[in-house]
Amino acid sequence: MAKQYVDMNTPVIEMRNIVKRFGDFVANDGINLTVHKGEIHAILGENGAGKSTLMNQLYGLLKPTSGDILVNGKKIVMNTPRDAIDAGIGMVHQHFMLIQPFTVTENIVLGTEPTRGVQLDMATARKNVVEISERYGLSIDPDAKIEDISVGMQQRVEILKALYRGADILILDEPTSSLTPQEITELIAIMHNLVKDGKSIIIITHKLKEIKESADFCTIIRMGKYIDTVDVEKVDENDLAAMMVGRKVTFKVDKPEQTPGDVVLDVKDLHCLDYRGIEIVKGLNLQVRRGEIVGIAGIDGNGQTELVEVITGLRKGTKGQVLVNGTDVFNKSPAFGFQHGVSSIPADRQKHGLVLDFSIEDNLILQNYEKQPYSKSNVLQREPISSHARDSIEKYDIRPSGSEKRPAGTLSGGNQQKVIIAREVQNDKDLLIAVNPTRGLDVGAIEYVHKYIVDQRNKGKAVLLVSFELDEIMSLSDIIDVIFDGKIVASIPGKEANENDLGLMMAGGGKKA
Amino acid sequence: MTKKKSFLDIVSENRFIHILLSILLGFLVGAVFLSVMGLSVGAAYGRLITSVTTRKGFSYVIVYSVPYIVAGLSVAFSFKTGVFNIGAEGQFVVGSMAAACVGILAGNLPKPILIPLCFIAAMAAGAIWGIIVGFLKTRWGINEVLSMIMFNWIAFYLSNFIAGIPAIHSDGTAEATKNISPNASMLFSKDFIKSAGLCPTANWGILVAIAMTVLVWFVIEKTTLGYELKAVGSNKFAAEYGGINVNRSILTALAISGALAGLAGALQLMGMGNRISVFSSQEGFGFAGIVVALIGCSNPFGVLIAGIFYGALMFGGSKLNLVGAPTQLINVIVGTVVFFIAISVIFENLKNLKPRANRNTEAAANKKTAEQKEGSKS
Repeated sequence: MAKQYVDMNTPVIEMRNIVKRFGDFVANDGINLTVHKGEIHAILGENGAGKSTLMNQLYGLLKPTSGDILVNGKKIVMNTPRDAIDAGIGMVHQHFMLIQPFTVTENIVLGTEPTRGVQLDMATARKNVVEISERYGLSIDPDAKIEDISVGMQQRVEILKALYRGADILILDEPTSSLTPQEITELIAIMHNLVKDGKSIIIITHKLKEIKESADFCTIIRMGKYIDTVDVEKVDENDLAAMMVGRKVTFKVDKPEQTPGDVVLDVKDLHCLDYRGIEIVKGLNLQVRRGEIVGIAGIDGNGQTELVEVITGLRKGTKGQVLVNGTDVFNKSPAFGFQHGVSSIPADRQKHGLVLDFSIEDNLILQNYEKQPYSKSNVLQREPISSHARDSIEKYDIRPSGSEKRPAGTLSGGNQQKVIIAREVQNDKDLLIAVNPTRGLDVGAIEYVHKYIVDQRNKGKAVLLVSFELDEIMSLSDIIDVIFDGKIVASIPGKEANENDLGLMMAGGGKKA
Repeated sequence: MTKKKSFLDIVSENRFIHILLSILLGFLVGAVFLSVMGLSVGAAYGRLITSVTTRKGFSYVIVYSVPYIVAGLSVAFSFKTGVFNIGAEGQFVVGSMAAACVGILAGNLPKPILIPLCFIAAMAAGAIWGIIVGFLKTRWGINEVLSMIMFNWIAFYLSNFIAGIPAIHSDGTAEATKNISPNASMLFSKDFIKSAGLCPTANWGILVAIAMTVLVWFVIEKTTLGYELKAVGSNKFAAEYGGINVNRSILTALAISGALAGLAGALQLMGMGNRISVFSSQEGFGFAGIVVALIGCSNPFGVLIAGIFYGALMFGGSKLNLVGAPTQLINVIVGTVVFFIAISVIFENLKNLKPRANRNTEAAANKKTAEQKEGSKS
């Protein structure tokens, strides 16, 4: 798209020489940003580069140490998000701000609920929500509770929430990180519809492909410093990556040829129900052998989440077998699976992967706290725990270094993921399950994560990869299993796969294997 | 930033200052009440201070504080492990009654056997009271706060029922149990009390309280059990994913918390009560434990200090009528202190003004995360 809706004479957002300090640490060091009416402007930077800090200042969550913010040409001091909302700015956060036990409708209208007298008018609210979701083509179940719906669905609710508030300027923080390729295409179409309407969109991302596909301009930030603002048409993905990371980045994963060994994971005729009690995995068969990566490609909601939950022991299935090295772990506890060789990188790293209040060193021993040398006669041994953490921080490049005593919640998303990977890889189990392992990570971090996953394969472990990123599935997998409607409908060698065929099969069409 | 706001920041970020400030405000509000009633603030607070600073007065304070400390530890332990033990009251009552039964019925046993036996009975009773509630929660998902409140009343009437059984009931006219055997008493010898100038109920319960403080701290901070319970309390999903048995942990946490509350009941009985009256209303030791845990920031050593502070208020408060001030003034002060401590939640919300989402997906409030996250980068 070629800036066809951009009105270069009407800047809606101007951030001038923004500096934000936290103590000695400079998170934003003189950043400039101008966004025009009808423009999609990408903010590109690594995890922790200061993108979110910048946007949090625009949204009134943080106050700049110095610098000015102008909205529609008027200088505005944002004290709270309320000020930003009043100025027509809406923000969709990377980590969702949803109330889990409330329904989709209740979450979307929260704070602006329609009322009849003093009563809450839920019927109207529901009608409005359905209307707006249809208008923007984001289908949702207005009556589902947030805690029961997938991460992808929650993301949609967040986007709808901002739209519902009638924001003219939308800030989207990593909006596509949990969407399927089809959904991303839809979202980009929605974004184009919005700018056509005269709205402006700021999109925080580190996905270069999406920037190329959707944005007009891109501002690059590296380690808190303003690098450049570029016209997206005039640069390619390699230029963007180099500007973001400050070095050349390889996108290709090096994977030596090897012959897979014995079967480690053997799932036979698996059935299970979803949260509504409806069968979602319907007689699924799957095998993963030593030294191979099997990627599960599929659209969110076709049973892959539940499949992993059953294998890891978090969900009870209704029928079937899950053999790990010949031991049936079906309907056993997570601890039982772990003992028999299952380790996993969970989809929701903050819910299942980490205890955010715990220090990094305590998180690193989550499955091993009862073992030597981390404890002796049920007393934790601080020194081995800390030194193990220091080693892991060094080896897995968890930043900042020397942070073993800090709560995991204070790390950036990419570094939280590295903590989980450090733990699971070092557990050294025969089977590694990784679910969306690079969700929300920048290219630098993705490189690391992919390297560790491939390393496990090369060491002769069996790896089951579930990801909504087709690129990831295609570049890592030795075998791609396509899941549709609770079954594996096709199993093809990774080298022979192409995006179109996979997309078709994921939607239930195409050839069967 | 304005001066007022940075003050708010300091108070909401530093727990210790916040609590000192809350205590100060409590006394300030108490002073307002006194002034409105036309009483001398100086005389009342002077009396409060002089009554607890004498040797005898201070020994009273220590005696008073023992059950508050241990009940406070019970609640603090539950806070740390993610269950809210509002049932400490009932566990205290059953613990105290279990100790009384042993102390009366097995009164002939020698001291070194009888006293530990009373403790064990009390802790077992409190633990069982906690486990029942935990079982209701883990088996059928019954909200533990509701069932605990009901179990407080069941304990209340159970205690009154047992006090009426002939073998337990006082031989005299008193509506109470018999006195426990002297062999179950923790009092110092009369001669020692006299020569040391202590209060008549001076006993070695405080040593048990201090030992429990250290033990609770050790369990929470240093053991695998504490690790497990804290993990479940802080993110049960990750704990389960990591292979910890969540339901068993909840039961264990409630059992330990209940055992502590039960022990508090035994210490109160064997240190100063000597017998259990037929209650007309809940005595509130367990509820006081909540206050003490709050003031002590759920830190075992904080609870120890908070328990002594609370004991001082209770004892000193009982002397206020000597200067014509109502003893209820203490309740006003305590209520205000708790109010201002609880208000920290409001401070935080004032700063964030965001709907609080699920803590796991949202990682505390947004501003804090953003600051820490960006602040942690180098």
